Amino acid sequence: MSIIYGKIEQIVGPLLFLSNEHDAQYGEIVKILTDGGIERTGQVVKIDEDTIVVEVFEDTSGLSSENSKILFTEASFKVKISNDMFGRTFNSLGKPIDINTKKVLESELITEVERDINGAPVNPFAREYPTEVIQTGMSVIDGLFTLIRGQKLPIFSGQGMPHNALAAQIVTQSRVLTEEPFLIIFCGIGIIQDEAIYFLNRFQESGNIQNIISFINFADDPIMERLIIPRVALTTAEYFAFDKDMHVLVILIDMTNYAEALRELSSAKEEIPSRKGYPGYLYTDFASIYERTGKIKGKKGTITQIPILTMPNDDISHPIPDTSGYITEGQLVLNRNLHKRGIYPPFEVLASISRLMKDAIGENTTREDHKDISSQLLASYSNTLEVRDLISIVGEDGLNFNQRSTLKFGEIFEKEFLNQDVNENRDFTTTFKIAWKALSALPKNQLYRIHQEFIKKYYQEQV
Amino acid sequence: MSVEELHKYGVITSIKGSIIKVKGLENEIRLHDLVKISNHNILSEVIQIYSNYIVAQSYDDTNSLKLYEKVINLKKPLSMELGPGLMANVFDGIQRPLETIFEHFKEGKLEKGIDFSPLSREKKWHFVPLRKKGDNVNSGDFIGTVQETEIITHKIMIPPAVFGKITFIAEEGDYNIIDTIYCLTENGQETSFSMLQKWPITKRRPFERKIKPNEPLLTGTRIIDLLFPIAKGGTSAVPGGFGTGKTVILQTIAKYCKADIIIFIGCGEPGNEIANVLKQFKEIYDAKNGRPLLDRTIIIANTSNMPVSARDASLFSGVTIAEYYRDMGYDVAVLADSTSRWAESLREICGLLEEMPAEEGYPAYLPTRLSSFYERAGVFQTNGRDHLGKQNIGSLTIIGSISPPAGDFNEPVTTVTKRVVQSLLALDNNLAYLKQYPAINWMKSYSNYPVQISEWWRNNDIYWSEIDLDWIGCQKQVDEILSKDHELKFITQLIGKKNLPDDQKLDLFMAKLIQNSFLGQNAFVEIDNFTEHKKLLGLIKIILLFFKEGKILLKRGLRFDENKEDEVLNSIMKITHSIPNADFDQIEQFKNKNLSDILKLVFVK
Repeated sequence: MSIIYGKIEQIVGPLLFLSNEHDAQYGEIVKILTDGGIERTGQVVKIDEDTIVVEVFEDTSGLSSENSKILFTEASFKVKISNDMFGRTFNSLGKPIDINTKKVLESELITEVERDINGAPVNPFAREYPTEVIQTGMSVIDGLFTLIRGQKLPIFSGQGMPHNALAAQIVTQSRVLTEEPFLIIFCGIGIIQDEAIYFLNRFQESGNIQNIISFINFADDPIMERLIIPRVALTTAEYFAFDKDMHVLVILIDMTNYAEALRELSSAKEEIPSRKGYPGYLYTDFASIYERTGKIKGKKGTITQIPILTMPNDDISHPIPDTSGYITEGQLVLNRNLHKRGIYPPFEVLASISRLMKDAIGENTTREDHKDISSQLLASYSNTLEVRDLISIVGEDGLNFNQRSTLKFGEIFEKEFLNQDVNENRDFTTTFKIAWKALSALPKNQLYRIHQEFIKKYYQEQV
Repeated sequence: MSVEELHKYGVITSIKGSIIKVKGLENEIRLHDLVKISNHNILSEVIQIYSNYIVAQSYDDTNSLKLYEKVINLKKPLSMELGPGLMANVFDGIQRPLETIFEHFKEGKLEKGIDFSPLSREKKWHFVPLRKKGDNVNSGDFIGTVQETEIITHKIMIPPAVFGKITFIAEEGDYNIIDTIYCLTENGQETSFSMLQKWPITKRRPFERKIKPNEPLLTGTRIIDLLFPIAKGGTSAVPGGFGTGKTVILQTIAKYCKADIIIFIGCGEPGNEIANVLKQFKEIYDAKNGRPLLDRTIIIANTSNMPVSARDASLFSGVTIAEYYRDMGYDVAVLADSTSRWAESLREICGLLEEMPAEEGYPAYLPTRLSSFYERAGVFQTNGRDHLGKQNIGSLTIIGSISPPAGDFNEPVTTVTKRVVQSLLALDNNLAYLKQYPAINWMKSYSNYPVQISEWWRNNDIYWSEIDLDWIGCQKQVDEILSKDHELKFITQLIGKKNLPDDQKLDLFMAKLIQNSFLGQNAFVEIDNFTEHKKLLGLIKIILLFFKEGKILLKRGLRFDENKEDEVLNSIMKITHSIPNADFDQIEQFKNKNLSDILKLVFVK
């Protein structure tokens, strides 16, 4: 830690150009002190013989080229982690905050460890293939797209859709079926204060707040903070998962804000853009966040991620959902029509998938008929949509018995299985019960993806 | 004086991302040689040389590096260690042994500057000599063998550009890879050799001559083997948007294709995918020899969050190891998932160097680099001879996946790849949405190999008197049926299926039958995971025989009863779902007995 300078040669957006008269480390954290007593933090992103380029994490307004002092810390960005964090809320720099006033609170946390927020990559050989389930209490996820410990399963939403309610519900209801310790880390990226207050209220009401650690970066916070907050949250998650043997579920909302911050910074650095102005390294950068999930051989804990992102214009081929979809192990897509019809959560089930599910569900973990049910529900629902198209051509009178029962199935599937109250927490058994109620609207010979023994056991005869 | 000071060193004068500039080495260094940042043990490759500095890309994270740190010239390019111990192993893009690293770093992280020999120096291998003292040997000749895994015999070969008379050869026994096992003299100069050799990744290993591919690389996936075949020694690309099953197809080919050796390159893909490949390859046993698939597999894993420069190297590392086994006379298949991530690593480095990009930020040299990868495929007559004096034929097949953004095939990586590969398996979002597996789009895919490999199929045909079609004949007829279906789709939508004449109803049904029971495969039914060539021919011939007989029956005035379509479909599906590959008699029985019943069912008066 040392040496203070007076001169900043250039300030461009979040970037400071200093003349190089110091033995700086690449990636080193720099503190900038202005004459008004404001302190800013930045990071060295380029060094050559004449200049050092520093990226400032916070707001650069008010910095002047003459009256700022710069302190090189000789360290990379670290976050302080402790057991005192449970139930509390932090900003992007890991300092406790009050979300109603946005003020930083005087910290009385006893730091247990300090960790570099850019964790080293996991050795692919050390990864264990994830195979254990998390119960979210939401029928559509548990029944059709089961979340697996160690999986990264994003939710693709759109503006005006109920992803906040969904996120809050997942946070408050999720649990592991074993008695092992379970922690939820909620990371709000560029969210507005009203949303933050909504989330915190929901967490408080749930009575589960002691198992939740929140990190909030407000919409008007500097963009550099947006880029570090997921890393701060994930570093915390790694500590509790791999040092403290906990199962950690991380919710990142909204990754679109993150990607936009990345684009803004990239354009300030005058980099060559690829699609829609996003930098060419969007994939690698996303991967450095999404890949911090999983299970490591010989460790008890796991990290599971649900990144939530809003698709600009509901366009799934936009670089943000597209790039995410290539990295994650499936995706859950929300549908505006279902939302308009008052169905919550409005999942577009045919576009959604959980790729790790098939090895993890069944007799010993959820129930023996789970695979058959989920496959049959999807197939029959796909039929329902076809029959509905048909109605517009031949009219309802032109339908045969099978088609009518398919419609009836679709009705129950959407209104009872998909649809769920924002406070309703269903366990697996309840989910399967409703699934069978919907399936029983179909004649038995239409259940071609279900083994006979399960039909015999669970099919509810119509009275 | 320490060893380090014996080398001349340079100093870092600029750091930006993984790119460093170094002064002091520009006069003596060669392009693509390695340098080492000595304080951190970080390797970098020289990519540009200027009059007063050089530019190098570092294979590790550059955080905490400082200006004026010492850089040593290692005076060699990035090379692969070749020798026993490669098989069943997992390496990163620059051949760091990931299993060994995990044994030493149980936290499971890849910290920077980790330095282990790619191949174990301690492990002993049982060497069996094939030559004796006094023999004259040339480069590539087999001097002995080592049983590397239960199914792979590793031939110990004379390294390229080496020849001479054997003055010493070790007796049969256990040696590690750096023990001297033979000595050669040439012009009075004696040199000793171990089992280990090294080869730079960007240079092709020498061979005698290239031969035209004339055999299929059977994959067990019916749509590939019949319509879009890949030749042994050929090239193929698999483009597809996310969720279309690219990775699943590559993994399926890796599991079931008829190559002796598989090199699976996980290039910039998620880590759990590698965990999945490892798990499956350990758990799935080869039906032929009862050994886990891992026994014939080498995995190169440079996942999405590992350093980008090493991702750039990973394709060439994989193909270099493949060439080494090709030289032993094996059929090697390289599967690269995904070449788009590799191209992105080029783009990232190009961006850091502030080079003028071509399309979508990709460097203008993308086509050159991509061709230099795919061009290493082929069937080769190798340089060396075995102990009986026979030259060997080895093949190297390359199959790469492409991840086009938004599934749009008009992007640079897909268009450039299409120019260099001979076959394309285009995956389709709509088919994937309909849960059709494999989601290979029949219109957009192609293969240039059918003519070259048709002779192989003729030699391996099944002969049925009822139907006079060989493999290529079946292929043409399937193409016709599918094209017809495409034409009829439009008119069907207009006038309704019910109003079509019977022969067109049959045409439509044939397309449905082929799509569901032949092109589609059910990944959950074990028997259907892969189809041997005889079963494939039997199945398609039964389907086409049904068509042939059906047309005759229609001419005789019978009617096509479309209500029975599903029953026909289910009955034919029984072949794919319940008759094992080995049981060809059952397929023949089906043709002789069941087929007439099916025809009676659906063609009625």
